[in-house]
Amino acid sequence: MCLAVPMEVIEIHGQNARVGLGGVVREIRLDIVDKRPEVGDYVIVHAGFAIHWVDPEEARVTIELFEKMAAYDEAPE
Amino acid sequence: MKHLSEYRDGALASKIVARIKAISKKPVRLMEVCGTHTVSIFRYGIRELLPSHLVLISGPGCPVCVTAMRDIDKAIKVARIPDVIVTTFGDLMRVPGSESSLQKEKGLGADVRMVYSTMDALEIARQNPEKKVVFLGIGFETTAPTIAAAVVAAEAEGIKNFWVLSSHKLLPPAMDALLSGGELDISGFICPGHVTTIIGTAPYEPVVAQYHTPCVIVGFEPLDILQGIYMLVTQIEAGQSRVEIQYRRAVVPEGNPNALKTLYHVFEPCDATWRGLGVIPNSGLALRKAYRAFDADALFDLEVPDAPEPPGCQCGDILRGVKTPMECKLFRKACTPENPIGPCMVSVEGTCAAYYKYSRL
Ligand code: SF4
Repeated sequence: MCLAVPMEVIEIHGQNARVGLGGVVREIRLDIVDKRPEVGDYVIVHAGFAIHWVDPEEARVTIELFEKMAAYDEAPE
Repeated sequence: MKHLSEYRDGALASKIVARIKAISKKPVRLMEVCGTHTVSIFRYGIRELLPSHLVLISGPGCPVCVTAMRDIDKAIKVARIPDVIVTTFGDLMRVPGSESSLQKEKGLGADVRMVYSTMDALEIARQNPEKKVVFLGIGFETTAPTIAAAVVAAEAEGIKNFWVLSSHKLLPPAMDALLSGGELDISGFICPGHVTTIIGTAPYEPVVAQYHTPCVIVGFEPLDILQGIYMLVTQIEAGQSRVEIQYRRAVVPEGNPNALKTLYHVFEPCDATWRGLGVIPNSGLALRKAYRAFDADALFDLEVPDAPEPPGCQCGDILRGVKTPMECKLFRKACTPENPIGPCMVSVEGTCAAYYKYSRL
């Protein structure tokens, strides 16, 4: 039930925003988000509310870490 | 960020599994606290990828499943009051109370409506000023701030026909209760990602300090889970216990202060009864005095008698991680998703429902 998904902000009107992911578009609220997004940013959406502004840098770091772990057996230190 | 496939790459997954196998020597039992993890672990077949000495145990992280029978009976009692519209998240509809369910009540004429967000419930209140709209507040720290935000919005707008019946629960007190009970033998927690988006890492520090049980906050994609397991095994092999974040794109150490402020502006901690775990101090949320005007418990007389659990149902032991569904005699026989006996078979995130759907055993 704590399911939440990253969605891209398409439009913002006050505390309301329109967000999208893979063709699904939703109206959400920005009342409780930690950092107000701009159009084009990603937010994590749960039960009609943005609950987190996604830092693109953090998303990149995670993927890099996966790759580093995977590369390990090819190039042990 | 844009492509989920980056978190589902099979070739990368098998390499991370190889890394886990390379470092994991000791027997390890990890509890995934969150029901969303339970579902992901099954969906991506993660158990089958792991060496046999590395065991994953499901915990109490399905909000519907841990809702006490009494609270279900209270919800049913509300639904029977004339002029009430009950609004709720989907999974709660089919959970059996002691003698009915919300779905049955709906069939008998009660006005029970499923909503996606509390804001939808508020809209129903706006459109039905002559009715009393009650929202069943179920969920953990991820969900509770959204309910609080709706209460704040209702107050600001002067909506007078909206009430919340709060059965919200807080997860870290339950983790503490599980470990202090002494019957659970685990070496680490796969901590809930989106709960921690809100609460941050501080609430896990006492668990780590007192029980030396490593806690890693993990995302829900297969690579997230494998990397989280790798981080836990690394700590366990080194004899360490720390709180670490794997799910960095959704979780920062301080959590979401804005959501927490709204949450604790409207709610305050209270003792709460969990199915299977009993009463846990300060593990629930009650509306503060200033928001009593929105409290369904204050408006209606919702006293219900205590009810016994369904005979034979092992949900309590399953929620505490001491039994698996296969140890329940009713599993797959009398109890199926079509005819659920206990809540763990109703909710899609329930451990019994997940085993039913994905496990061949
Ligand atoms: S299989 Fe059904 S009866 Fe058995 S523990 Fe699970 S929900 Fe309860």
